Amino acid sequence: MLEELTQLKIARRDLLVNSLKGGGALVLGASLPIDALMAAAHDFPPARDLDPTKLSTWIAVHNDGSVTAYWGKMDMGQGVDTAIAQLVAEELDVDIDRVNTFFGDSFVAADQGGASGSTGCSNSGVALRQAAAEARMVLVDKAAVRLGVSADQLTVNNGIVSAKNDSSKRVSYGDLIGDEFSTVKLEWNGRYGNSLSLNGKAKLKDFSEYKVVGTSVGRKDIAGKMIPEIEFASHVRVEGMLHGRMIRPPSAGAKLASVDEGSIHHIRGAKVVHEKDFIGVVAENEWDAIKASRELKVNWDESDSGFPTTSEELHDYIRQAEVEKSENDTDIGDVDAAISGSSHVVQAEYEWPFQTHARMGPALGVADIQGGEGTVWTDSQKFYDGAILASKFMGVYEKDKPVPVRAIWAPGPGSYGRSDSGDGVADAIVLSIKTAAPVRVQWMRDEGHAWDPKGPASVITTRGAIDNNGNVTAYDYQLKGFTRQDVSSRENGPGETLAGHLLGHNRPKRYTMQQPANSYGFANKRHGWSTVKPLREMASPLRTSHFRDPYGPEVHFASESFIDELAYAAGVDPVAFRIKYVTDPRDSAVLKAAAELANWQPRTAPRKLKGADGTLIGTGVSYAQRNNATNAVIAEIEINPRTGKLWVRRFFVGSDYGLIINPFTLDRTIEGNLIQSLSRTLYEEVRFDRKTVLSRDWVSYPILSSLDAPEEVKITKINRPELGPKGAGEPVMRVVPAAIANAVFDATGVRIRKIPLTPERIKAALDMA
Amino acid sequence: MSKKFTLNIDGKSQVIEADPDMPLLYALMNDLGKKGPKFGCGLAQCGACTVIQDGVAIRSCVTPVSAVTGKIRTLDSIGTKENPHPVQKAFIEEEAGQCEYCINGWLMTAVAFLEENPKRTDQEIRDHLAGLQCRCGTHMAILRAVRKAADEMAG
Repeated sequence: MLEELTQLKIARRDLLVNSLKGGGALVLGASLPIDALMAAAHDFPPARDLDPTKLSTWIAVHNDGSVTAYWGKMDMGQGVDTAIAQLVAEELDVDIDRVNTFFGDSFVAADQGGASGSTGCSNSGVALRQAAAEARMVLVDKAAVRLGVSADQLTVNNGIVSAKNDSSKRVSYGDLIGDEFSTVKLEWNGRYGNSLSLNGKAKLKDFSEYKVVGTSVGRKDIAGKMIPEIEFASHVRVEGMLHGRMIRPPSAGAKLASVDEGSIHHIRGAKVVHEKDFIGVVAENEWDAIKASRELKVNWDESDSGFPTTSEELHDYIRQAEVEKSENDTDIGDVDAAISGSSHVVQAEYEWPFQTHARMGPALGVADIQGGEGTVWTDSQKFYDGAILASKFMGVYEKDKPVPVRAIWAPGPGSYGRSDSGDGVADAIVLSIKTAAPVRVQWMRDEGHAWDPKGPASVITTRGAIDNNGNVTAYDYQLKGFTRQDVSSRENGPGETLAGHLLGHNRPKRYTMQQPANSYGFANKRHGWSTVKPLREMASPLRTSHFRDPYGPEVHFASESFIDELAYAAGVDPVAFRIKYVTDPRDSAVLKAAAELANWQPRTAPRKLKGADGTLIGTGVSYAQRNNATNAVIAEIEINPRTGKLWVRRFFVGSDYGLIINPFTLDRTIEGNLIQSLSRTLYEEVRFDRKTVLSRDWVSYPILSSLDAPEEVKITKINRPELGPKGAGEPVMRVVPAAIANAVFDATGVRIRKIPLTPERIKAALDMA
Repeated sequence: MSKKFTLNIDGKSQVIEADPDMPLLYALMNDLGKKGPKFGCGLAQCGACTVIQDGVAIRSCVTPVSAVTGKIRTLDSIGTKENPHPVQKAFIEEEAGQCEYCINGWLMTAVAFLEENPKRTDQEIRDHLAGLQCRCGTHMAILRAVRKAADEMAG
């Protein structure tokens, strides 16, 4: 069935997409005028059999000896496709430049979950590594027969199999590969998505023999983006395509009362598309669509709209809000008894605001849904879901059956979780279905900020007890806030999208939270959470979703600030305190590595150092685990006491991500996380009033600029190849906020327990002290 | 409403038929198929749409086609893979940026800035790039790359 549908689709030959030959990235050879591109009908590659139990699904060795790894995720700019090629090249014993990683087409590569959870290397890379090892075994076995030499007497060098003791006996992979690997079976765990895993008969190469893994191979996509040849999703143009723009209400949840379609009759070809509260415009010309969206007269019923609170009052609102669901994820010993029996109890409360993904380009989607089938183009990190989502909006979805929609991913702005990209593709799908034409939707900047899903706000209350010897006897951590998934990270149902909500599809309820991830061995230890209801149930611009390291920065800002408070209360240096209580040696190793890099000076009270010009100087430490990775960060900061402005001069990082595949790219991934998290710590808060979200652009929602970038980032990377790759995409995000806040305490003696650490907030705290 | 405009883009004369108030960016993306400039904000707040007009970096998302008077250079024309502009070369070597959606703005702003005078201090570079946004947080690598390009261009 899948094959037939694909043949139909290919027969249309009317689509402006790229040749997908040979590479993962969507590369077009030359920059041509757009009408020339339109005329050159590009073909999709043929659909492939994507049975995960067949080796051919994952690896192809071609007659010229080149290799394609078919990868069911995509790279959002951290160089993961290059790392995948390194893992495959290593196991197959071929040079890295002969391996292409193919990704971004739901009919060509099996679903490994898209990008998420920092699982690109740790899960999908490990699966492809096994497939590559299996492919090598099969080829060497074939060579053994061909050469009359037993397999254990053969060696492979850049795809040439030869006898160890007679190099004249040799044959290339290209000569061996009569057919592909379709008859070779792998063990599959039966799951798609992030957790898909593969097993086989082949033994993996010992890491002591690694030649490609562990080296700084350059990112394969980089030149084609600086010399702009690579097509982004925003470049996709389809013949007959309309441009769409959405109309958003003046207050959250307002109902569409009436539309004056005549108000845009003067704009060429502009049409209104609406149903229930979903409303957009389409036009052949993009600028006409934008003008129509601005000039269309719409009446809204605002009688039941807006929010029950404002960003200014939010944390008191959370404190008082009714609890929907609560749980203790960790509950060791008897925390309450230990605290009530203690004469030295420390407690503190921390606040984190709503924050937004704010991608560099707002949501973008292209959909061509006609005749019961279709194609969607998206830059979403969950692009496979676009096909399922379309089939559900079309009403043709059947569980466990192939869907008649192809999803194509192309590069776009980084997404950092479940951003507005999933809503952009939903809008495109609905507009295409309703107009029976291909439609490209680009959101405008105010939508990209105000209507993007949000990282959740919370209040975190912590308590600890210390005995007479300065030992921690109890640790209690309680988060109260919004679930992190009003909409799922899998955007595969109408109820998970803004368009779906506007069309009346209910939002599935879920309570997904996060607890501190560390190895502190306190005798009595409790981590609990309570969720409160969303501020609006449906179609809310404050609906929450995964935002890079979901709940990680929020949770660990509180937990690692409080560990610092406990350390000082116990009269122990904050680094020594952490090393004393962590029970995992990998954790103490990263703490020691960061302290050594920073030349950490032990202290048991804030040092309140001053620079020559009167600036307040301090350092702070923080550490956290995440999915078997662990990081310690030390921030060195300066505060201008007159303005309260804080600058992080240096970051020092001790990191352990298991096996390091590509040191150069790993450094950049760590740097990106440090800076994004720094930005969220110092500047970012979504503001809203009782009507709607007020943070609507880069002025009302500022992020870090080049002026405030640190002077230096120093990183020690501990390589643990025996553990395999552990995923570096986001773990260090969560460590940064507390490192900075703890440095503020060292510099000033003042604890600031509310994010962001704005100059006004710091100045006010200094004035109070 | 729509009129014909003759624009000089990347060394070629191009005739565009558009509303006078249509921003140049839409002509570059939709009529001319340029891949460098991107839509980021439409408000001149992020720089993703930056092009160079007569040596000056401008934001094409707020520049009406009717207001274009000079010669426009886009990222599509400043270098090739075989012969990249020194700024492109440095950004490639440093692997500056991650998603690269914003990178057009950093590249073109740096090109105009350094072509005017490549002898720049680190602080001048930071100051000059302050109006650009990068959400992936790759400022460290970008600053290293611009420093490297400046040094190479200064000889």
